Amino acid sequence: MTTCTECGADVTLHDDAEVGEIVDCATCGTELEVTDVSPPVLARAPELAEDWGE
Amino acid sequence: MQVGILYSRIRKDEKLLLDELRERGHDVTKVDVRDHGFGLDDTDAPLADCDVVVDRCLATSRSVYLTRFCESYDIRGSEVTAGSSDERSESGGVPVVNSAETAAVCADKAKTSLALADAGVPTPDTTVAFTTDSALDAIESYGYPCVLKPVVGSWGRLMAKIESKSAAEAILEHKATLGHYEHSVFYVQEFVPKPDRDIRVVAVDGEPVAAMTRSGDHWLTNAAKGSETAAFGIDDEVADLVAAASDAVGGGLLGIDLMETGDGYTVHEVNHTVEFKALDEATDVDVPAAVADWLETKAATQVEVTA
Ligand SMILES: [Zn+2]
Repeated sequence: MTTCTECGADVTLHDDAEVGEIVDCATCGTELEVTDVSPPVLARAPELAEDWGE
Repeated sequence: MQVGILYSRIRKDEKLLLDELRERGHDVTKVDVRDHGFGLDDTDAPLADCDVVVDRCLATSRSVYLTRFCESYDIRGSEVTAGSSDERSESGGVPVVNSAETAAVCADKAKTSLALADAGVPTPDTTVAFTTDSALDAIESYGYPCVLKPVVGSWGRLMAKIESKSAAEAILEHKATLGHYEHSVFYVQEFVPKPDRDIRVVAVDGEPVAAMTRSGDHWLTNAAKGSETAAFGIDDEVADLVAAASDAVGGGLLGIDLMETGDGYTVHEVNHTVEFKALDEATDVDVPAAVADWLETKAATQVEVTA
C-alpha cells in the first residue's frame, strides 16, 4: 500500500508491480508512475508529449 | 537469451511482453532511457550483454535516435564500441527491433507515404505543402471532406477532417500561428469513404500475427479513441499487402492499418512501436507469445552470424 502524490489517497499496487509502470489513482484519476517497488514509491507520471504513442 | 527493453513507461503492452519473456526464462534488462546518455562511441546504458534489444519507447523522437545509436555500437561482447558497418556485420552487433531505418520511416507520415507508394502499395493520395497558401490549394484540389494531419504524431491527435473552405482556412491559420515547426509541414490527404471501421494487422517481418477491426461512429477509429474491436480473418489480399507494406518500411514488428475502399484495401498507416493489448484481447491469438517467438528467432539468427 502506498499513497497518491496528488490527492493522498491510498493506492494498492499489484504484487507484480514493475518500476516504470503507470497506474491510475482510483480516487483522483491522476496517472502515477511506479518509481520503486520495495517499498513502493509513486510519482506523478510524465505528461504525454506530442510525439508519444503509436 | 538476454533481452534489452528500452522504455520510458511500462504500459499493459510492455507488461504483457515482460511477463511472457520472463515466463520463458529469458533475462530481461529494462533500460529506462531517461536515465542514460548515448554518446557517439559509447553509452552508460547496460546493453552490452543483450542478444536482442527491443525499442518500446513511447516517444517517436527517442525511438528514432535510440535505434540509430544502438545500431552504431557493437554492443555484443564485453565492451560497447562503435565500428564501421562492415566491422559490425562481421562481429555481429546486437539487433535492435525495430531497426533505425524502420523507425525513421514510420515516425514520419510523409516518409511512410513515399515508401508505400514507391513499393506499389495502395495508399491514400497525399500532398505535402509548406505554406498555408499551397496547403489550401492542395485541400481545394482534393475537395471536401479531406484530411489534414501532422507528419509526426499519433493516437489520432491533431488530425482534422476538413468539411469546407472556411474550416480549412481557420485550421491552417491556427496551425501557422500556434504550430510547432513540424506543424508547418502540411500533410493533406484524400478522405477515404470507408465503412465505419478500419483494420489493424500486427505483423513480424511481414508475417501477420493477428488482425482486428476497429469500428466507431467517429471518423478516427484508433483503439485509443475508444472504438470497438473485433477479430478479423486475414485473407490472401490483406496478407500480401501487409508483406509489401512491411518490406517498404524496412520490416520489423509493425502495426499496419488498412481501410476498405469497396474494391480493395488502402494502407494508411504503419506503426513501429505497436500497441498490442487491444489486439490480444480482441483475438484468440496470444500476441505477446508470438512477439516473443519472433524475438527468439532474431536473437538466434544473430548467434549463428557471430559463430
Ligand atoms: Zn489521487
